[in-house]
Amino acid sequence: MAVFRDTVPRTFQGKLYEINWALVLLLCLLGAAGIGMLYSVADGAWDPWATRHATRFLVGLVMMLIVAMMPPRFWMAMSYPAYLGALALLLGVEFFGLTIQGSQRWLELGPIRVQPSEVMKIAVVMALARFYHDLPREKVSGPTGVLVPLALIGMPAVLILHQPDLGTALLVVATGAVLIFLSGLNWRIIGAAAVAAAVAIPLGLRYGLQDYQRERIFTFLNPEDDPMGAGYQILQSKIALGSGGFTGKGFLQGTQSHLNYLPEKQTDFIFTMLGEEFGFVGGIAILLLYLIVLANAVAIATSCKSTFLKMTVMGVATTFALYVIINTGMVMGMLPVVGVPLPLVSYGGTVMLTVLFGFGLILGAHVHRNAELPKGVGLFG
Amino acid sequence: MKFTRRSLLLSAGGVVVFGALAARLYTLQILQAERYRLMSDDNQFNFLLVPPSRGRILDRFGEPLAENRDSYRVLIVPEQAGDLDATLDRLGELVPISDRERERILTAARRAPGFRPVTALEDLDWGAFSAVNLRAPDLAGVIPNVAEIRHYPSGPAFSHVIGYVQPPTEEDAGDSALLRHPGFRIGRAGVEAAREDTLRGQAGSLKVEVNAFGRVIRELPEQSVPQTPGEDLRLTLDAGAQSYAYERLTGESAAAVAMDVETGDLLALVSTPGFDPNLFVTGISHTAFQALQDNELRPLFNKALQGTYPPASTFKAVTGLAALEAGLVRESETVTCTGKIRVGDREFHCWRRGGHGRVNMREAVKTSCDVYFYEMAQRAGIDRIHDMALRFGLGPAPDIGLAGVRDGLVPNEQWKRARYGQGWSLGETLITGIGQGFLLASPLHLAVMTARLASGRAVTPRLYRDDNAQLAPMVGIDPQHLELIHDGLRAVVHEPGGTSHYSLGGLGVDGVEMAGKTGSAQVFRITEAERAAGVRSQDDLPWRLRDHGMFVCYAPADRPRYAVATVVEHGGGGSRAAARPARDILRYLIENDPSRAGPFAARDTGTRGG
Repeated sequence: MAVFRDTVPRTFQGKLYEINWALVLLLCLLGAAGIGMLYSVADGAWDPWATRHATRFLVGLVMMLIVAMMPPRFWMAMSYPAYLGALALLLGVEFFGLTIQGSQRWLELGPIRVQPSEVMKIAVVMALARFYHDLPREKVSGPTGVLVPLALIGMPAVLILHQPDLGTALLVVATGAVLIFLSGLNWRIIGAAAVAAAVAIPLGLRYGLQDYQRERIFTFLNPEDDPMGAGYQILQSKIALGSGGFTGKGFLQGTQSHLNYLPEKQTDFIFTMLGEEFGFVGGIAILLLYLIVLANAVAIATSCKSTFLKMTVMGVATTFALYVIINTGMVMGMLPVVGVPLPLVSYGGTVMLTVLFGFGLILGAHVHRNAELPKGVGLFG
Repeated sequence: MKFTRRSLLLSAGGVVVFGALAARLYTLQILQAERYRLMSDDNQFNFLLVPPSRGRILDRFGEPLAENRDSYRVLIVPEQAGDLDATLDRLGELVPISDRERERILTAARRAPGFRPVTALEDLDWGAFSAVNLRAPDLAGVIPNVAEIRHYPSGPAFSHVIGYVQPPTEEDAGDSALLRHPGFRIGRAGVEAAREDTLRGQAGSLKVEVNAFGRVIRELPEQSVPQTPGEDLRLTLDAGAQSYAYERLTGESAAAVAMDVETGDLLALVSTPGFDPNLFVTGISHTAFQALQDNELRPLFNKALQGTYPPASTFKAVTGLAALEAGLVRESETVTCTGKIRVGDREFHCWRRGGHGRVNMREAVKTSCDVYFYEMAQRAGIDRIHDMALRFGLGPAPDIGLAGVRDGLVPNEQWKRARYGQGWSLGETLITGIGQGFLLASPLHLAVMTARLASGRAVTPRLYRDDNAQLAPMVGIDPQHLELIHDGLRAVVHEPGGTSHYSLGGLGVDGVEMAGKTGSAQVFRITEAERAAGVRSQDDLPWRLRDHGMFVCYAPADRPRYAVATVVEHGGGGSRAAARPARDILRYLIENDPSRAGPFAARDTGTRGG
């Protein structure tokens, strides 16, 4: 066994054997929770959400396993082109995008409708992982080591913010920041950046936001001031969660959700519905599932030999973690309503596929954790 | 190794953040669960007001005089309807809505807070109602609903005494949720208004589950407070007698009051013409109301309780008793009537120009001799007449538990000084002695007076049935004197020469005799000039100048049980228009006496024919 672990499996069966099936099972549990809750959202019906969610999950699962089997070298070679492609899509949104509910996020490519900002979440992680993989250790805190990652993060962030989609933009920036931190950046620079952020954030709040975004942040601070207006969603969500109590009102029995007091319960507020119907027990179970998934990812990252894989795994895990934290924090009234779904549970195709693609990379990193990847192999090498 | 260190550092941060999330979940779902559970219930459940069922009003035999029937109606909640005009347009496709109704609905919706339903349509027929019912789920804010509405089966016969219900005014409603409930009505007149507290009952509440759009998902009756219906109210009235009396007087501007002379139970309390109280419940049109107000016969005016007239000759028995009781006249003592009497420098005429000759008390009552009673009045004096009149129930309004009963007027020296600042003259005593002058009495007063004369008991009129009522004390008149008056009153009808012998001749029931007394109150004095111009009798005068006719009577004459008083406005002399209806009502009462199976002495058991 020990011998086997030190080498990289080359055969199909070998790779299949090396897949972290426990992690796959955990992801399936999350997907199943989503199917169950979407069944309840439709008042106990498979249509219109549960069936489609299940289908997407299965498609995504297959894609995830395919991604996991592919050699990391391929993904490394793909990282910069993918990044550029995603950036191009974002620009496409800027000019040809579909406007839904006041923001341009979707792009129609033939029959499918994609959300380039979702694609970018993975692309920026791969691009940064690739960049740090190639960068000599001693240059991390140098001008190249600081400025290039900032540009890689900044360009998509600005485009996404302009859609406007504050939530995703912050997610991209936060993920990028985590990767810069993990790269081993000098603590002094980190400290200086923290100070700079402390100054920039209030200014950004003042001048950089759309009215509705600002309003959301202010109502978040005081939701009960305006129970029928913008604070309505947060308040109703807290009522639903709180009234769920320890064991919840029972499957299909959530009054807040089924009597429509709860908004957007198939997407952003699905955790609320779960909390109302399954109570504290259900809520903690879901949070624990996410935590175990993340712990697995961190273990995989630290076991990888190449910087590219380490960074990719941590990047994807960070994105995933931020999804969970922002979504649950939002529905519990700890964070403003920013429109971030609960990964694998909320209804939504692009997110599901990008998350499972990301886990494909994580599982692949685990399979190929011992692979030594060459450095500085040109832009498209 | 830097990467691993920082990864673990980051993971530790992540664990802390997840811990914070878990803590928040704990706070919401465990620590504050109770608070949010209440808020959730607040969202989920509403309490709808359930108006109480109004108590019925029943006659003495339990026959309903005012009851409730189902009304199919349509309510609109303006807040849920949004564009009210559009909603009414769509509703109008199902049920015609007139412009006036539309205006009323829009005004009501403007005045009420948006969450309060407004009655849009009422009293729909089943077809229209089911059409609305079918489409209601597509019409936001439109609620088909069945409610109780007041119904008066006997219509105009009881209109004055029962009154009617109407929606409360803005001031009435105040902040009472019940009074502001759509379609809720309160008593506006008559018994309905007087006994509002008894009839109304207590509102209940219905717990319902509502969704975020305010639509009721289901009802939870087991967690609701049921309404407490108002109490049924038993009146002393006899629906049959009342309806009969009303019909008998239809066409006249008249009033009739029938009473049980022993208990004081009012058996009929009629004023004609009446009106249909049902029109007032659903909202009478302006033109219909105007027509009622402009009617010369004053249908909205309750003549039985609010009309006051000089009692005229019906009062003579009281004058006679005043003299008899004071020992100022003997039974057999006669007075000679020459057709007139001179007192001071004034002449007072008898109604019979030629005079009655020598008459005693019995004859004087029977022939209604004015001169005899001028003499009695002169002997007794105004104070004795005044006191005797009060003992027979005249003067202050009897309290029968209704608003608006008018006081009568029994004058004396003190009253005149206070009213006119002048002293009393002997001539006024004489005029009072024959029931004219300042004297005023309502038909109710006349009925009470007659009942007390008949039974010798100081009965007080009762409108509300009371099975525990005590027998009234005696008025305290020497039975021999009362007997004498009774004899005279019987002779009025049954003996030749009696003022009603020719017109009535009797009660019309074998073996039962009646007693009665006519009266006519002058409205207009026929002048010598008019007499010269050929105006000889009342018939030649326009209607509104003719005398008021009145008749009081009781039966059976030997063992009185029922008394009836009628006043026919401008009916000419009492024996003409008023006597026959009064006699007929009395006959109805005798013929339908519940104790007729046995002797009249048997007490009324409260069930007809029982």
